[in-house]
Amino acid sequence: MSGADLTAILPFIVLGGTVTIVMLAIALYRNHRLTALLSVLGLILCLIAIWPASAVASRHVTPLFVIDGYALFYMGLIFAAGIAVLLLSYGYLAARRERPEEFYLLVLVATLGAAALVASDHFASFFLGLETLSISLLGLIAYPRDHGKPLEAGVKYLILAGLSSAFLLFGMALVYARLGSMEFARIATLLSANDVPPDLYWLTGLALIFTGIGFKLSLVPFHMWAPDVYEGAPAPVAAFVAVVSKGAMFALLLRYFVTASADSFGPAPLMIEIVAVASILVGNLLALLQNNLKRILAYSSIAHLGYLLVAFLAGGALRIEAVTYYLVAYAVMTIGAFGIITVLSASNAAAEVEDLDAYRGLIWRRPWLGGVFAAMLLSLAGIPLTMGFIGKFYAIAGGVSAAMWPAVIALIVGSVIGLFYYLRVIVAICTPAPEGATAYAGAVPMVGGATLVALTLMLFGLGVYPTPLVHLIQSTAAQIAFR
Amino acid sequence: MILLWLILTPLIGGLLAGFSGRRNSALPRWLSLGCLAIDLVLVLVLYAAHYGAAVTLNGTWLAQIDWPWIPQLGIRLHLGMDGLSLLLILLTIGLGVVSVVASWSEITERVGFFHFNLMLTLAGVIGVFLALDLFLFFFFWELMLVPMYFLIAVWGHERRIYAAIKFFLFTQGSGLLMFAAIVALALINYRQTGTLTFDYFALAKTQLGPTTQMWLMLGFFIAFAVKLPVVPFHTWLADAHTEAPTAGSVILAGLLLKTGAYGLLRFAVPLFPAASATFAPVAMTLGVIGILYGAMLAFAQDDMKRLVAYTSISHLGFVVLGIYAGNALALQGAIVQMLAHGLSTGALFILVGALQERLHTRDMRQLGGLWSTAPRIGAIGLFFAIASLGLPGLGNFVGEFLVLLGTYRVASGFAIAGTLGLVVSTIYALSFVQRVFHGERPAHTTLADFSSRHMIVMATMIVALVWLGCYPQPVFDAASSALANLQRVASEHPSHPGAP
Repeated sequence: MSGADLTAILPFIVLGGTVTIVMLAIALYRNHRLTALLSVLGLILCLIAIWPASAVASRHVTPLFVIDGYALFYMGLIFAAGIAVLLLSYGYLAARRERPEEFYLLVLVATLGAAALVASDHFASFFLGLETLSISLLGLIAYPRDHGKPLEAGVKYLILAGLSSAFLLFGMALVYARLGSMEFARIATLLSANDVPPDLYWLTGLALIFTGIGFKLSLVPFHMWAPDVYEGAPAPVAAFVAVVSKGAMFALLLRYFVTASADSFGPAPLMIEIVAVASILVGNLLALLQNNLKRILAYSSIAHLGYLLVAFLAGGALRIEAVTYYLVAYAVMTIGAFGIITVLSASNAAAEVEDLDAYRGLIWRRPWLGGVFAAMLLSLAGIPLTMGFIGKFYAIAGGVSAAMWPAVIALIVGSVIGLFYYLRVIVAICTPAPEGATAYAGAVPMVGGATLVALTLMLFGLGVYPTPLVHLIQSTAAQIAFR
Repeated sequence: MILLWLILTPLIGGLLAGFSGRRNSALPRWLSLGCLAIDLVLVLVLYAAHYGAAVTLNGTWLAQIDWPWIPQLGIRLHLGMDGLSLLLILLTIGLGVVSVVASWSEITERVGFFHFNLMLTLAGVIGVFLALDLFLFFFFWELMLVPMYFLIAVWGHERRIYAAIKFFLFTQGSGLLMFAAIVALALINYRQTGTLTFDYFALAKTQLGPTTQMWLMLGFFIAFAVKLPVVPFHTWLADAHTEAPTAGSVILAGLLLKTGAYGLLRFAVPLFPAASATFAPVAMTLGVIGILYGAMLAFAQDDMKRLVAYTSISHLGFVVLGIYAGNALALQGAIVQMLAHGLSTGALFILVGALQERLHTRDMRQLGGLWSTAPRIGAIGLFFAIASLGLPGLGNFVGEFLVLLGTYRVASGFAIAGTLGLVVSTIYALSFVQRVFHGERPAHTTLADFSSRHMIVMATMIVALVWLGCYPQPVFDAASSALANLQRVASEHPSHPGAP
């Protein structure tokens, strides 16, 4: 392994070091503030470490990892999302009885797994990253051990994560049995050489892999776990699952499809289109029936993954750009929306503020918080001035450029249904609270509030003037290294 | 640069008003008026500086700016003003002032946020009238919805939430169809020319097969038809107009409906001339149905605000008829009709809003004989009712007459059927006056007449309507240069019969 190789994986090294230091620090001196500080600092160092790494990109480090512009961009997104989640969690955890320190450790390990996912182009590293991520997530979801709901959510996640990993492994095994390779690029060459007729082995293998990925992304029909887990998990963890876990998985799926040019295999585009349409319609329709804000956001996340798949359908250079912009927008607005729940729940240690009725009159009681929440919801609905609008533009452009009209129509219908339940929440925060309702008047944690303001500034800044982000995406994320 | 300031001034004013509302409830009102005054000065400066250009027939632009916005996607900040935009922006500023004044006593809660939304809506409407980049156009098109939604949902009447959500869903859903059509048009252009652009003039030169052209045109048409509204898409209108606060109704009827007509004139017809020509009989049929059906519905209402709302459907039916008749007379008529309808309907909404503020009812069955108690309101009500029915000498007459005259040349059947609308409008307008101002007076006690503030607003609108009815030539001059612009864009279109 050369010096350049080590530089390329510098973000991993820094993150691994941070995990070790935080673990030792907890063992020696258990202090919430110190742990939080070390963890955030470590993630910021990881972000900085992307610069030297980008100087030596693109290169393959061992057969397992590829460090290219694409991987580095997504690592940056994951680290930034991790920082945002940790900052939001700080006030939330401080108000709770559980020992908060290990929470940071688990988030760091999960971040490491997600970062490994986006840099993998080999089945082994894919599975390695995925399991690192999933097992830490299990700990995070069930972190408030004294409560019933998180434990239930944790068990649900455990069983379904195990099941989906089994699907994934079996699929990988079938592909390996037929083609004798576990590298994405090698698989692509073998398949495109045309001397491999489409046979049951690798078609089943690819279908099983897609099923496993579909579970992780909570795409319809593999979506059942998402609302329960989101509802049971602590709000910042739900944000982490929605953004980092799904984002990293989607990035991997995109890399796989681009390097293995997997859409040329007969039924793949049609399959994706069907799953996209189903996710958009089912996610949005089921969200209509919910009164729990976390469940609404869970179903909305299912629908947004459907929109992402529509952007994914685009061909050529547009594809990476569209998916990446949408993922960044999705990250900002999802962390923002869950962030509001987190920040409001900070002063209410007994349970989370997740019932829609508890949000009545929020905008009049706390204008800033209510305004931020309304902005996040309008962005999720794809209204101009926000990042969600540009994201929706990319999604529509993706569907239109692939001439997948059913997907475009589903996107339009889904957006209208989606708008309805986002407006329901906005109506709730605008109508005065009924007499005698609990007001949740506790203080908003400083750090969490500042994070929300920063997210809102990004939401509007990159929504009105997305040029810098689009430029960054075009100059980094679009650089996928081919072997 | 002035064009950008036209949009930024209300935007900044709205933000200032929103923040100042906590300390002082009069400050947001004055700030809004001040910003609108600045905008008016800007428009007049532009008009004065380019007076010669505005009245020539060769169709030049009074002003344009064209800056990169998202260069990677070929999206530009391209704004342009011609005679049509000029007239509609003047109407926007005028009705903006009227709305601020009309809500002076009606809105007492959350004044700052109210004016923030009001000014944001106006900024969006002005943006729609100026945008020459289709992405930018859609941006403004969507932008004006959110503050309008809040205006209805927060300050509206009894069923405000239902009405606001219905309004938002209808316009957003149809807007996304148009967005898909815009993206498809841009991508088709990209495949032909190799450059990705959303520029109006560039996209107008796209080669389109007849079927594609028809589908894309329908995407645009449905969005504009919902906004206008054309009959099968009109159901949101009565609810939204009825439940909105007075200022909201004035802006909805006076301006937001006009953005639909403007969109048809500026985009749907010139971008897809061949498909529009094929589609014209259908659109004109829908227009005539709108004229008659809207008038009949208006006659059947007991709620004053609903009545005024349904008259809008009828009046805008003339606009659709004029746009798709397509000759210069009918188009001129459609433009005058847009302006006159903005004034007369806006005034009627203020009047009805004032009555509701005083009597707490809009139900005409509980009203009557108000003339003797409030003679000013009565006289002004009569004036705008007969303006609405199209009395010669007032603006609406000029618009409707020209539309019918122009339509008669291309399709006499539609013109004859449309004329029947004038008869029905007489019935609803006069029965409105009869039921509210004449007859038995129920047992209310006193009723405050219009204040001098209201009288000034009303007098201005009366003068404007009379001027539009007696001397519409300046409007024709400004509009004809714009129509020349539109016709040039359409005639350069590859699918145009006369194109090379």
